[in-house]
Amino acid sequence: MTMPLPPPRRKNPVLRTRQMNLPPSARTRVALGLTVCAARGRFALQRCAACGAIQYPPREVCRRCLATTLRWTAQDGHGQLLSSTRLHHANDLFFRERLPWRLGLVRLDSGPSLIVHLHTDVPEPPVRVRVSARLDRSGRAVLVGLPASEDCNLGDDPMLREMVCDPRYRKVLVTDGTTSVGQAIVRALVEAGAELVWVGQAEPWKRHGSGIDRLRELPQVSIVPLDLTNGRSVEALAGAIAGKVDIVVNNAEVHRTFGIAARRGLDAARAEMEVNYFGLLRLAQAFGPALKARSADGVASAVAWVNVLSVFALANFPAHGTFSASKAAAHSLAQCLRAELRTAGIRVVNVFPGPIDDEWNQNLPPPKVAPGALAAAIVQALRDGLEDVYPGDVAQEWLERWREDPSTLERELATGFER
Amino acid sequence: MTPAELLAALVDSIRSGAVRIIDLTQVLSPSFPQIALPPEFGQCWPFRIEEISHYDDRGPAWYWNNFSCGEHTGTHFDAPIHWISGRNLPNNSVDTIPVAHFFAAACVIDCHQQAAADPDYLLTVADIQAWEAVHGRIPARSWVLMRTDWSKRRDAEAYQNFDETGQHTPGPSAEAVRFLVEQRDVLGFGSEAIGTDAGQGYHLKPPYPCHYYMHGAGRYGLQCLTNLDLLPPTGSVLLTAPLKIERGSGSPLRVLALVAANSAAT
Repeated sequence: MTMPLPPPRRKNPVLRTRQMNLPPSARTRVALGLTVCAARGRFALQRCAACGAIQYPPREVCRRCLATTLRWTAQDGHGQLLSSTRLHHANDLFFRERLPWRLGLVRLDSGPSLIVHLHTDVPEPPVRVRVSARLDRSGRAVLVGLPASEDCNLGDDPMLREMVCDPRYRKVLVTDGTTSVGQAIVRALVEAGAELVWVGQAEPWKRHGSGIDRLRELPQVSIVPLDLTNGRSVEALAGAIAGKVDIVVNNAEVHRTFGIAARRGLDAARAEMEVNYFGLLRLAQAFGPALKARSADGVASAVAWVNVLSVFALANFPAHGTFSASKAAAHSLAQCLRAELRTAGIRVVNVFPGPIDDEWNQNLPPPKVAPGALAAAIVQALRDGLEDVYPGDVAQEWLERWREDPSTLERELATGFER
Repeated sequence: MTPAELLAALVDSIRSGAVRIIDLTQVLSPSFPQIALPPEFGQCWPFRIEEISHYDDRGPAWYWNNFSCGEHTGTHFDAPIHWISGRNLPNNSVDTIPVAHFFAAACVIDCHQQAAADPDYLLTVADIQAWEAVHGRIPARSWVLMRTDWSKRRDAEAYQNFDETGQHTPGPSAEAVRFLVEQRDVLGFGSEAIGTDAGQGYHLKPPYPCHYYMHGAGRYGLQCLTNLDLLPPTGSVLLTAPLKIERGSGSPLRVLALVAANSAAT
C-alpha cells in the first residue's frame, strides 16, 4: 500500500531549483482525442461505428474492418495486467529524473492491449487492474494502471502525483475572498490539506461582510491586498509571494446582468472586462513566470492555474450579455495561458460553471451551482488532474448542446433567453 | 503699489519664504480610495496607472505612463453642473467657469475635535457663528474649508469608515450650507473626506445638501483636501484650477494655499 505522503521538508535555499524537463509530448492529431477526453476526466478510446472494434492506439481507420468512422467512446478501463517491469534507466530526461518507474502491459476486457504507467499498489501480474487516462506534465494523455480497488492514499503514489495537481501540502493563492464562492474555495482547499492559502481582497474599506473575516480564523489563511484592476497591486503581491505560490485560483470576477440595450454606456461592461479579462492578463504576467520557474521544485512544486470562467463563455447568454462576452474573452486568454504554461508543465484548469447561486444570479431560476459545490469541483479537478470542468446541471447541458452544434445553441439562447 | 509691483513682491515673498505655499493635495495613487455608490449605479473610476515604457524595449530612453481616473477621483473640484440643481446654470462646467474664481481667499473652520468624537459630525450654523465671533465675518466669495483632520486617516479603511449602515464621515448640515450660500455668499465649500457632504448625507433633507445647495447656487466644492491643519483660520489664498475638460463636471487638481509665513498654523 502506498505510504501517506509526509509533509515535504523545507527547501535548502542554497541549492539550485530544479527545472522541468517535460515528458514526450508529440501526438498525432487523432491521438489528441485521448487528451481531450482525459482533460475532462474521461478515459475514452475510439470505437468503430461499423464493426464495434475498440481501437488502440488511436488511428484513422478501423484496425479490423478499415471503416473510417471511429467515435471516441467512454471505457470502464477494466482489464488484466499481463506483465510489469520497473525502469532503472531512461534516456528521456523526464523519466531519468524520476527513476525507478513502473510500467505494465494490460489487456483491456474490451480488447486492446496497452502499455501503462503502473501504480505502486498494483500487485505483480497476473492481476485485475483499472486503466485510466491522465494528463501528464506535458498536458498530453497517458494511460495509468490503478489497483482494482480504491485506496485512500492512491494519490500519494509518486507516479500519480506527477500526473495530478493535488493541493495537499501546496501553497495556494485565491484571488478574491470577498465572495461566497471565494470563501467556499478557500475552505475546500484548507480541507484538502493546502499548507497555506493567500486570499486576495480588493478595496477592504468596502467591508465585504463577515465571511472573509471568518476565514482569518483558519491558521492556513492569510488575507492579502489584491485588486486585479490595479497593476501595481498585482505586481506588489507577486513581488511578495509569487515565488512561493504553487497553485493560483483566479476566481475574481465582476458580473453584471445586462445585455447591450439594458444599460447605457460602457461602465458595467468595462468593469467586467477590467477584472474578468485584463485582470487575468495582469495576474498571468505577474505570477506566470514564477510558477514556471518552480514547476519541478519537489513534491510540493508549482503545479496549476485555475480560472473560474463561466459556461456563458461558450455561447452568449443575452440576458447577461456583456458578462458572457468578458468570460469568452477570458476563455480565449486562458487558452493562450494554457499554451504558455504547458511549456513548463504547469496545468491550466478552466472551470465553466453554470449560473452560481449568488446575488448576481438572484433573478435566474434554479438549478444554480452552490458555492460549495463549485469549490468541491475545483478541488476534485486538481486532485484528478483535469483541465476542463463544467460544474452543475446547466453547464453539463450547455456543454452537450454546444458540442452538438454551437450555432443551434446560439439560436436557442436568443429565443426567450432560455437556458 | 502698482499691480506689477504687487506681483513682483509676491514672487519675492515666495522666494524669500515670507509667503509659504502649502500643498493641500492628496497623492494621486491607485491605493487612494474612491467614492463608492451602490453597485447598481455607475461608478467613479479609481486612479489607475500603467507604464508605457520604462527605459526598456517598449521605449529605450524614456519612462512614461498612461493613467485613468474619474473626474471625481482623488483631491478634486466639483463644478455646478455636477448636480442636478446646477444643471442649467451658465458657466457651470470646469471649462467655462471664469478663471478668476480659481484664486480666492479661504476661511478654515476647525472641527477636528468634534469629528474625532463623532465621525458623523455635522457642521452647524452655530459653529460658523462661533468662528465668526473670533475671526470676523466670512468674506463674500471666499472658500470655507472644514478642517476635520480626516486626511490624517492614512489607512483607506479608516478614511472611508464604512459599516453596515454605510459611510461615516463628517460634513456640513443642510442649514449650515444654506447659511453659507444665502447669508455669506461663499465661493464654495471644501472638506477633507471623500465628499463635501457627510458620509450619511443621503439621509439629510435634501439628500446631499452641500451638493444640492452649493451647486444649485453656482458654487463649487473641493474634497479630499489635506494639510488643512497647516492653514491659518483666515488669510490664506487658494489656487484651485481644475483641468479644462470639455463639459467636465469636475476634475482632479492640485490645490495650493498661499499663506503668510508668520500666520501659518504650526
